[in-house]
Amino acid sequence: MVKQTYWEEVEPGSEIPPLEKNPTTQQLVKYAGASGDFYQIHYDKDFALNNNLPGVILHGALKNGFLGQMMTDFAGEEGWLRRLAVQYRGMDQPGSKVTCRGKVLKKYVEDGDHLVDCEIWLENAKGEKTTIGSATVMLPSRG
Amino acid sequence: MANKYVTDEVRKQIGMQSEARVVEVERGAIRRFAEAIGDPNPLFNDEGAARMTRFGGMIAPPTFCRSLGAAIPDVKLGMGEFRGLDGGSEWEYFEPIRPGDRISVVSKIADIRESSGRLGPMVFITVETSYTNQFNRRCAVQRSTVIRY
Repeated sequence: MVKQTYWEEVEPGSEIPPLEKNPTTQQLVKYAGASGDFYQIHYDKDFALNNNLPGVILHGALKNGFLGQMMTDFAGEEGWLRRLAVQYRGMDQPGSKVTCRGKVLKKYVEDGDHLVDCEIWLENAKGEKTTIGSATVMLPSRG
Repeated sequence: MANKYVTDEVRKQIGMQSEARVVEVERGAIRRFAEAIGDPNPLFNDEGAARMTRFGGMIAPPTFCRSLGAAIPDVKLGMGEFRGLDGGSEWEYFEPIRPGDRISVVSKIADIRESSGRLGPMVFITVETSYTNQFNRRCAVQRSTVIRY
């Protein structure tokens, strides 16, 4: 388990620890099986090529899962991910690195809960944001 | 400009709801989902370690609900053949989902809109899916946008 982050330790602009992923076609097959999304563009290269794609592509939902992992790591076992939103802006292919990143936009207390709003995104090896989003996390307070 | 596909008649499908589907959450399914993402967090993988936390045991990772097989109401657009794209999702989380939970999954059509993009008219369908446990506590709500063009 990663070290617990406390609400007092973050400020607007604080970086969320990034999460690097190197998805393979094997991972896409595993994700298809685990999620039940068997759309062939994610594991059948011929099918993908016939659909005007450059090859098989990552499930948007898998990228959502990666960003969820970054945020539950950030929340730690004493925090709680309250909200997670993602919009897919570009395709990603297996065999190429993707990196989840984010930063804190705002911190506040609401009904006694210590919250932070974050901007999050996933970028490809060229640094292009292929998924953008936002998240709200409750963090423990030393207060 | 008038919409090509999203007429008043089509918009009457907003609010259409699926029958509730009840799914029992298996511990192995949670582990397999976490493994597929490549997420080693003990909360999602290791009952012994998770038991020592404030959750008192394993819980499901944030997007696990996708594996529960929500039945999405079929929106009729009169589009003929179309392509589909996953636009994205917004999730709100209220309670953890645990192994052995019986989750009731209900989807409804929350919105149908149209806009024209470089690929021609595009229809955005927002599906809201709620996940409620056996104690009638809402665990999560998912709002996903599918695009047809």
